[in-house]
Amino acid sequence: MDFILKVWRQNGPDAPGRLVTYEATNIPPEASFLEMLDIVNAGLEARGEDPIAFEHDCREGICGSCGMMINGRPHGPGRGITTCQLYMRQFKDGQTIVVEPWRAKAFPVIKDLVVDRSAFDRIIAAGGYISINTGSAPEANSILVPKEDADLAMDAAACIGCGACVAACKNASAMLFVAAKVAHLALLPQGKPERRRRVLAMVAAMDAEGFGNCTNEGECEAECPKNISIAHIARLNREYLRAKFFSR
Amino acid sequence: MDTTLDAKVPSGPLERKWSDYKSTIKLVAPANKRKYTLIVVGTGLAGASAAASLGELGYNVLSFCFQDSPRRAHSIAAQGGINAAKNYQNDGDSVWRLFYDTIKGGDYRSREANVYRLAELSVNIIDQCVAQGVPFAREYSGVLANRSFGGAQVSRTFYARGQTGQQLLLGAYGALMRQVAAGRVRLFPRREMLELVVVDGVARGIVVRNLVDGKLESYVADAVCLATGGYSNVYFLSTNAKGCNVTAIWRAHRKGAFFANPCFTQIHPTCIPVSGDYQSKLTLMSESLRNDGRVWVPKQAGDRRHPNQIPEAERDYFLERKYPAYGNLVPRDVASRSIKAVCDEGRGVGPGGRGVYLDFADAIKRDGRAVIEQKYGNLFDMYYEITGENAYEVPMRIYPAPHYTMGGLWVDYNLMSNLPGLFVLGEANFSDHGANRLGASALMQGLADGYFILPVTIGGYLADARLPKLDTDHAAFKDAEREAAARIEKLLAVRGKRTVDSFHRELGLLLWDKCGMSRNETGLKELLEQIPALREEFWRDVTVTGSAGTFNQVLERAGRVADFLEFAELMVIDALERRESCGAHFREEYQTEDGEALRNDDLYAYVAAWEFTGVGNRPILHKEPLIFEYVKPTQRSYK
Repeated sequence: MDFILKVWRQNGPDAPGRLVTYEATNIPPEASFLEMLDIVNAGLEARGEDPIAFEHDCREGICGSCGMMINGRPHGPGRGITTCQLYMRQFKDGQTIVVEPWRAKAFPVIKDLVVDRSAFDRIIAAGGYISINTGSAPEANSILVPKEDADLAMDAAACIGCGACVAACKNASAMLFVAAKVAHLALLPQGKPERRRRVLAMVAAMDAEGFGNCTNEGECEAECPKNISIAHIARLNREYLRAKFFSR
Repeated sequence: MDTTLDAKVPSGPLERKWSDYKSTIKLVAPANKRKYTLIVVGTGLAGASAAASLGELGYNVLSFCFQDSPRRAHSIAAQGGINAAKNYQNDGDSVWRLFYDTIKGGDYRSREANVYRLAELSVNIIDQCVAQGVPFAREYSGVLANRSFGGAQVSRTFYARGQTGQQLLLGAYGALMRQVAAGRVRLFPRREMLELVVVDGVARGIVVRNLVDGKLESYVADAVCLATGGYSNVYFLSTNAKGCNVTAIWRAHRKGAFFANPCFTQIHPTCIPVSGDYQSKLTLMSESLRNDGRVWVPKQAGDRRHPNQIPEAERDYFLERKYPAYGNLVPRDVASRSIKAVCDEGRGVGPGGRGVYLDFADAIKRDGRAVIEQKYGNLFDMYYEITGENAYEVPMRIYPAPHYTMGGLWVDYNLMSNLPGLFVLGEANFSDHGANRLGASALMQGLADGYFILPVTIGGYLADARLPKLDTDHAAFKDAEREAAARIEKLLAVRGKRTVDSFHRELGLLLWDKCGMSRNETGLKELLEQIPALREEFWRDVTVTGSAGTFNQVLERAGRVADFLEFAELMVIDALERRESCGAHFREEYQTEDGEALRNDDLYAYVAAWEFTGVGNRPILHKEPLIFEYVKPTQRSYK
């Protein structure tokens, strides 16, 4: 298959960027989107040109490294997949494909399609955990967890921290990311003692990073590669209200 | 000169060794811990759990990873589960049985005391992870659920859907970020370790490249811990993440750390077959699928009918036929070799005939589609995305692929290498899996090393070590920085015609052919000609675009491939030297009449630990004899 690519090239956070056109030729339909970029890059490298920088690692949809806007959609067409799980057979032969980085104030561009997502780490550092030291845990089966709660917590915990939710949102809000962690821990008995402190600290950190607010339009849920439900945002809001208004 | 290595295994009965040792090991007083700076490289299960636990204890920890966030380390991709001897199923499990299964699964090439400690700690790991909020699968009663895994006849594997590694890593990452917030751990993401700094024979620091601005940075510490994972990517195509590499441990090896059993590489039986030469990696389908999936090929070579049209009587369920006691749940090495054997007979299926069926039709008939979907839904989805085939209706096609490396830097019982002050954890060390790792044991080992073992043993080292104050102006740091810079300049100066990946692919194919699932003397000797020639061509004709002082992914890859090209030779030398078959190391010359691995305990019951003597020079072999006091090595049988 052949494609025309229009790829965002940008040398650094303060450098101007622009769309550059490349031809991707002889691409097998079984190739993933990233493998298609590998082929294009191999051609650039062989000619001594600077290849397109993009982030990737596991290439099986779990590490959360890859992510780019493909024809205006985070991770491209298709539901519940990351960019590395997108295959070229999803496109039409000869199609033009526009590839851009995540666009958000809190995610500055490092180079081309690579952005700095360390804001997510700082939000987790603010409270996205249960404060237990190694060695102080009780016997695992001493606290029973209803299967329904464990399953729901797992649905939320499946977040891979890729940032597609932020990229999809017109406000560049990180609510789905924060909600997934808050909900995962609030749903489990082990997470309840710290629920108040956690939600307040994580929301404050999220605001400090410059993410926008949530206006309930649901783009994040539609583009989340792990199909994380915005019901968790409702859960986050409840946790937040509960923490704000009902002190001990 | 060859020496015999001392593993410093404590005396006393097996089941008391660790607890007695822990009670008597020297400690660092709480107020003194903050005076020590410790470097941890890698943030997978071993690295993140170690950095978090050391921070909790009060040490000053510097944590490094090449990814943009510690949460992305490759442990995240582990699917199936984690073993623990909880015996929640009342099926006769115990610490002893997990120990025994692991020793046997490793084909009697691991150290008894380490493996027993691992089995002992397995139960604490589950407690710790549950307390952290890891959402393990549960029964309707609210208790934890279990499933079976290869190489075991009990059900002791804990899991979080098909994403157990992800959930355990996020637990460890949370613990790590808590210490970052507390100021006890400083995080250095997007850094690649390029040199280990050794001062007067003691590991005292590292040189890293900042992958954003390309600058070299030096860090000094009282001890260096490497938790940098395995080297399966030496084969180019593997189930590992693209960034996984041998560089950190190879650089440490070049500075004097012994590399143990490099030829022990695990080829995982259940991966999606290769579909073309554009392919960048192979995808694993969790071993847990073998609980319900049945492996088969047509009885007749060249049978090209659609699988659903091949009647039961014309199918060969070869694992069930050859190994009735374990059936489809034989260990990985045994399954992989059997799959290769039926494909070599021309009975393989799919394009190129390199594949076998993994069929869920019986399980779906027995349990219903909903149950299978609940257990493996995400794996079936993944298979569909990659192949476009619906495994609920058509059997999956699988073929073995490089997955895990049992070999790694040599460590003693304290997880310290022969270089004082250098500790090695998780897949990066060689210690617990012998010649073959059982499923669901990698997560267990990474977390045991990081949460429970290193935090104790490193205290013992620090309490006794007399470490002079140092800073990065020391000559050893300046030398290491110069070495790293010179290497980068050399890569950029070649300005040849071939891409980095083309060399990596070629190296991978050579190794896969002659040092993969089976090896023989002729092939290995050919490799010892071919690898140095390829390495020479690399340094003559590779093209590395861009410059040193910028974000440069080609340069990152070039450095890693350069190290793989040196390391591969050691792997082949080790495979050649070990004239026996054991676990994943199958030498065609040494097999039983029915084609099983034939060990030679008289001559090879040792750990081969290699000392670096220069690129292209013959490394020196040091041996750690393996003494079995509690289990008697026997011919491994899963029949």
